[in-house]
Amino acid sequence: MADLRVNIAGVEFKNPIIPASGAYGFGREYECLYPLSKLGGISCKGTTLNGQNGNPAPRVAETPSGMLNSVGLQNAGIDHFIEKELPYLEKQDIVVIANVAGHTVEDCVEIARRLENTSTHMIELNISCPNVKQGGAAFGTSCQAAEEITKAVRKATTKPLMVKLSPNVTSITDIAKAVESAGADAVSLINTLLGMRIDINTRRPILKNNVGGLSGPAVFPVAVRMVWQVANSVNIPVVGMGGVSTYKDAVEMMLAGASAIQIGAAIFADPFTPVKVIDGMNEFLDNNNIEKVTDIIGKVQPW
Amino acid sequence: MEYVQGEYRVVSKKNLAKNVFDFTIDAKNIADLALAGQFVHIKVDGFMLRRPISICEVDKENGTIRFVFEIRGEGTEKLSQVNKGDNLDVMGPLGKGFTILPEDKKAVVVGGGIGVPPMVEVAKNYGENATAIIGFRSANAVILDEDFKNMGANLMLCTDDGTMGRKGFVTEALKERLEQGKVDIIQACGPHMMLKGVVALANEYGVPCEVSLEERMGCGVGACLVCACKTVKDGKEYLSHVCKDGPVFKAEDVIL
Ligand SMILES: Cc1cc2nc3c(=O)[nH]c(=O)nc-3n(C[C@H](O)[C@H](O)[C@H](O)COP(=O)(O)OP(=O)(O)OC[C@H]3O[C@@H](n4cnc5c(N)ncnc54)[C@H](O)[C@@H]3O)c2cc1C
Ligand SMILES: Cc1cc2nc3c(=O)[nH]c(=O)nc-3n(C[C@H](O)[C@H](O)[C@H](O)COP(=O)(O)O)c2cc1C
Ligand code: FES
Repeated sequence: MADLRVNIAGVEFKNPIIPASGAYGFGREYECLYPLSKLGGISCKGTTLNGQNGNPAPRVAETPSGMLNSVGLQNAGIDHFIEKELPYLEKQDIVVIANVAGHTVEDCVEIARRLENTSTHMIELNISCPNVKQGGAAFGTSCQAAEEITKAVRKATTKPLMVKLSPNVTSITDIAKAVESAGADAVSLINTLLGMRIDINTRRPILKNNVGGLSGPAVFPVAVRMVWQVANSVNIPVVGMGGVSTYKDAVEMMLAGASAIQIGAAIFADPFTPVKVIDGMNEFLDNNNIEKVTDIIGKVQPW
Repeated sequence: MEYVQGEYRVVSKKNLAKNVFDFTIDAKNIADLALAGQFVHIKVDGFMLRRPISICEVDKENGTIRFVFEIRGEGTEKLSQVNKGDNLDVMGPLGKGFTILPEDKKAVVVGGGIGVPPMVEVAKNYGENATAIIGFRSANAVILDEDFKNMGANLMLCTDDGTMGRKGFVTEALKERLEQGKVDIIQACGPHMMLKGVVALANEYGVPCEVSLEERMGCGVGACLVCACKTVKDGKEYLSHVCKDGPVFKAEDVIL
């Protein structure tokens, strides 16, 4: 049994596998298959200050080796998260990451304040949602806006702060450096890539929102590249995600520089994916006589 | 909420009509939990997302689940190529099913086209007290009529073009049945326009009504929130999710 523990910004995870925000709700839907305590952590569904309905359905479209979603951050608001979801998660022996999104800087600051005296272990500030009209990705596509919002939230919380980056930018390393200088303790990437599908018979986009975020195996090589670039340009931990569906993908992304891995869309194809990835990773490390999973982080040997 | 996921053997495969297939899988742990109107989420080789398909029949004794589907696109086409003896990766049973009243109640089940399959398991419960109103485009699309007959249900078969049964829509047959006498519940699955018509009649005659809805799905269990549909409570609109809060809803709770 290899040592799978990782430490991100002072928070210890028993293993590096975390269901990604939006793909796993608050974990309740999977408790009948396996205990949540098997997982390293959970990144909860993105939460805004007051809750919102999101976009009209259809909100999902299949793509070659992937999917588009246009949920648009449907959630019941931060107070609901604190009162109704957190008490359940507290009992699960798992690192709880609150995923925070806001339409304004002030919203995000207020959410961080309300989380301050809760049992949440970590805040993941989502500045990269492609599915909301105001805020969301707008914060994540300019260095200045990314820096500003990170600074403001940094001041409002003593919890470890991870900022989730958008791949829909010219230079993700510049954004990563900007949030690092503004006080982020870690970065997570990638959020979804903006995409579109059209029904050739009706000439209508499949998604009612016309466009949506691409995720799943289709985005994996893009995600590996971005994790590698970012890991090489900042000194804070990088949590990698985007298309991971097997332990091999997870090992590959950690070699590229990720200190932990989040898994989203692959869970829809197989709800046991996170558990299989943990088991497979453990076996891989044992077979290769690697004692600690941390020994593979960033160990790609570039040409 | 309780469901399972696993690989299950296909023990029977039939071709019911052009492009319509009838599968039975050996899935004791799904059958133990399954209720009429729930669905299974099926993995198809080569596709990212699972396909939601209603449970047509549950055989608790033999531990099998039957489902019937039509080829509508690439995924269902690939699924139709699975053979007897092959294994299928299935999650289920998922969602909320139809309310099952005591068997002496008079139930009318209404199904349109590929919405007919889930109504089989519902009607089974009421035997001779069930009226099954099922509608199809044409005689060559008719499926499952024998199943309703065999369980003793009063069958009203409709085709749009009159090539089999009565000519016309299921709503006309439903109106006729409602005129004939007491109905305790109407339960329906089918195209959107059909459901609208059924709900309008249920309201007109003051009969409780349930409808099964469709929406594109991701997780199938309520975690990803992609399958939203509009519902009302105390006059206020809010979002529900077809996979977890449905697919069966009380007619008065949904905005069709
Ligand atoms: C609760 C529920 C029960 C269902 N029961 C049955 C049944 O018993 N028999 C049957 O034949 N069909 C049923 N359907 C519809 C069936 O799921 C679709 O026909 C099927 O998913 C189409 O897949 P495809 O790959 O052939 O089509 P494609 O158009 O290639 O599929 C692309 C994507 O869109 C989704 N999709 C396309 N049409 C639908 C649809 N109508 N509803 C939901 N998702 C769709 C697919 O799942 C896939 O993710 C049901 C749908 C739901 C939601
Ligand atoms: C249905 C769905 C909903 C999502 N919702 C959120 C969200 O609320 N907040 C967020 O930061 N990311 C959200 N994401 C993005 C994922 O967390 C993840 O960054 C992305 O899907 C890439 O990982 P994957 O390829 O493993 O899915 C969502 C993704 C999906 C598929
Ligand atoms: S399909 Fe994921 S919530 Fe319904």
